[in-house]
Amino acid sequence: MKHLRQLEDQSVYILREAYKHFDNLAMLWSMGKDSTVLLWLARKAFFGHVPFPLLHVDTSYKIPAMIEYRDRLAREWRLNLVVGQNKEALAAGMNHTMGRVVCCTALKTNGLKQLLENKGYTGVILGVRADEEGTRAKERYFSPRDKHGDWDFRDQPPELWDQYKTTFPPGTHIRIHPLLDWTEINIWEYIKLENIPFIDLYLDKGDGTRYRSLGCAPCTSPIKSTAKTVDDIIEELRHTTIAERSGRAQDEGRGMELLRKDGYM
Amino acid sequence: MSQTTKPSENLNIVIVGHVDHGKSTLLGRLYADTGSLPDGKLEKVQAICQQQGKEFEYAFLFDAFLEEQEQGITIDTARTFFMWKGRQYIIIDAPGHKEFLKNMISGAARAEAALLLIDALEGVKEQSKKHGYLLSLLGVRQFAVVVNKMDLVGYRQDVFDGIEKEYREFLGQFKAMPSQFIPVSAKLGDNIANRSKQMSWYSGPTVLETLSVFQKEAARSEQPLRLPVQDVYKFDARRIITGRITAGRLKVGDHLVFSPSNKRANIRTVEAFNIEPQPTEGQAGQSIGVTLDEQIFVERGEIASHQEQLPLVSTAFRANLFWLGKKPLEKGRKYLLRVATKEVDCEVATIHRIIDTMDLAQQQGSHTIGKNQVAELTLRTKIPVAFDLSASFETTGRFVLVDEYDIAGGGIITELVHDDQEFLREEARRRDFAWVKGEVTVEDRAQQYGHRAAVVLITGGRHTGKSFLARKLEGRLVADGRHAYLLDGENLRRGLDADLSEEERGQTTEMARRYGEVARLLTDTGLIVVSTTNPFGLAYREASQAIRTLVHPAPVIAVHMSKSEEEPPPNTDVVLSGPTDFNAATARVLDELKRRGVLAQAIGAKPIFQYSI
Repeated sequence: MKHLRQLEDQSVYILREAYKHFDNLAMLWSMGKDSTVLLWLARKAFFGHVPFPLLHVDTSYKIPAMIEYRDRLAREWRLNLVVGQNKEALAAGMNHTMGRVVCCTALKTNGLKQLLENKGYTGVILGVRADEEGTRAKERYFSPRDKHGDWDFRDQPPELWDQYKTTFPPGTHIRIHPLLDWTEINIWEYIKLENIPFIDLYLDKGDGTRYRSLGCAPCTSPIKSTAKTVDDIIEELRHTTIAERSGRAQDEGRGMELLRKDGYM
Repeated sequence: MSQTTKPSENLNIVIVGHVDHGKSTLLGRLYADTGSLPDGKLEKVQAICQQQGKEFEYAFLFDAFLEEQEQGITIDTARTFFMWKGRQYIIIDAPGHKEFLKNMISGAARAEAALLLIDALEGVKEQSKKHGYLLSLLGVRQFAVVVNKMDLVGYRQDVFDGIEKEYREFLGQFKAMPSQFIPVSAKLGDNIANRSKQMSWYSGPTVLETLSVFQKEAARSEQPLRLPVQDVYKFDARRIITGRITAGRLKVGDHLVFSPSNKRANIRTVEAFNIEPQPTEGQAGQSIGVTLDEQIFVERGEIASHQEQLPLVSTAFRANLFWLGKKPLEKGRKYLLRVATKEVDCEVATIHRIIDTMDLAQQQGSHTIGKNQVAELTLRTKIPVAFDLSASFETTGRFVLVDEYDIAGGGIITELVHDDQEFLREEARRRDFAWVKGEVTVEDRAQQYGHRAAVVLITGGRHTGKSFLARKLEGRLVADGRHAYLLDGENLRRGLDADLSEEERGQTTEMARRYGEVARLLTDTGLIVVSTTNPFGLAYREASQAIRTLVHPAPVIAVHMSKSEEEPPPNTDVVLSGPTDFNAATARVLDELKRRGVLAQAIGAKPIFQYSI
């Protein structure tokens, strides 16, 4: 529990730095466990308030239960929800059969870029974690993106102690990652500690399967699991040697490196 | 599996050392030998290697970028996670190539302990020394030295002993003390998780055992309190001052002093979301929020402490710095200084010496500090800053410099440099601590008057129109319904200063002190004081500095008038040169008063200044 409070203190500090330095700030919320913990941490940092909009990049292929959950929390927590969608690509019939990287780039990366451009956000808070996959392990807490939204991982700015990059040239933006130091287990331990409402797709409801990571319906598959409570999940994760995102098709080959260089979350 | 025990704490470890000495390999081996890799990870990387036709290396497990694998080097720091005996380790794999020193430093700055690798075959190299020196500068005091590739020297003890002796001597010059020297072969797994059969002459701990001996940093909560103000929130009825306690502890009822403004108040509540019952105290490491019993105006960058142990305040300090900027650090150029949450313009006053980290030789007389160099220097800030010496307080004793858009250097504060305002600042501090207040607060007056108190100080040489502008400005402010007063030096001369001798009246020091104290009293009444430096003649630069120190933290709006182009005094807000259109000049000063928040009342979710109740 002490380690969770340490993580919380660091994330809250980062969120407050972001709020102080960025006039046009937003937080990405995919309704998954990580970005929901992030949202909860924002309520911690700002004493029950969420003083910036929450962005959902809707690919239209999300599992329907996720949308219901989104709208319910938005009402109960009085959230300023902004939904973006790459309508052009959808109208042209974009889907995962055209290639996973192609589809993710069109509906998620470009959907996000359009949203950022239209609204002029200069700071975007994301719930990515370093233990999810290799390129995220190399992220900074405050990570700049250029005019095209691209990530120059070869030349990241220095980040020293609790001092972050908060100034940037016009036309560029900063991605802020308060959850970098959290692991998958930490997320569940914290959900339990704080009793955070989460979507029940993460639990086994009797058929011996559950989702470990949530994405679009066609590209995310459930895992075999009998975890019916948060405690069961934590216990299961302590013993598993299977990667968290093994059910995510986009991670195959060098998918994530290519996606993230071009501005994927 | 290693994750079966519940973690009690996190520990951040960085792995550093010269390029190719085997840092990523050590990390890969540590994970593989403790069963900490996810299923299929090893196989996936092995398949990629086969596809590209090269030998598998453990390093590829964490060098995630294609470019890193192709070149066989780590470009940027990777965080990896690892559970062992009830502790969660975040292991930071830092690059060793000198090209990526900024990434190594970014990684090491996050760490609480370090493993420093040296190749047994190559011995102590340039970056072995630089990294050792930087660990010390970055405040990473716990570390072990791992002598790798022992298999390549036939596991010989004399090679190991030679490296240990040479490197200990180097570290000893700046008093760094490693906890352990460990002979290993990361490639073959000797002394990583398992004890080596090849080196029976070594009886010390393995790398894994060494990690578990590293301590969580000594409790900073036993130190005197330091709470740098991060922000002030007014989302609802509560006015919450937030920040991360960097040292010490606080509780409800404590009397806090904010430096450098010398504002004081008691803690009324400690605020938190979803914590029952509501907390009443906080300690080092926590990001907290407090409300005060009095609505004082404090802002980001001030440091809250208890009155008995205040931080230092000055406009100058001496420091050890490392520079990472693409452009060299230049003496005399302006940079943004960040100490804890304070941001202020500064310049390099003196570069005392540049330190060569190879042999710790010193080079003097330089006017610039190049990329990846380490130096001793003195920095001078535009306005007074609160800070500590790094030897006593880690977080408030270090700083970074921002050049254009990027953090370009960092360092630790080694010495306070006395400036010419020191005596007046001390006087102001003693005066403010003993200041007796009535029931009416500064905020009450501001609400009543519709503006904040401030000093408009008009500087410049003789016959530049200072008095005329001052009169016009006073008239305009009062006509607009503001509470303004023209403080003319002549009125002090014959009265308050009547006891001074002719000689004393000719000197600036005491005259300026008295003038400043009168202005301080008037601002406490909530007035906008309009004045000129006329009584000080050509010594206006010195006088205006003294007045600033004494009225601090009331805002001073400095207006400089001259007949021709000339360099205005430092911190001038409005420059009026050449023939003056007094209506336009008045309007410019009014705009500046608005811009500084003196004439506006911003009440809302994100105020520019927190002056609301």
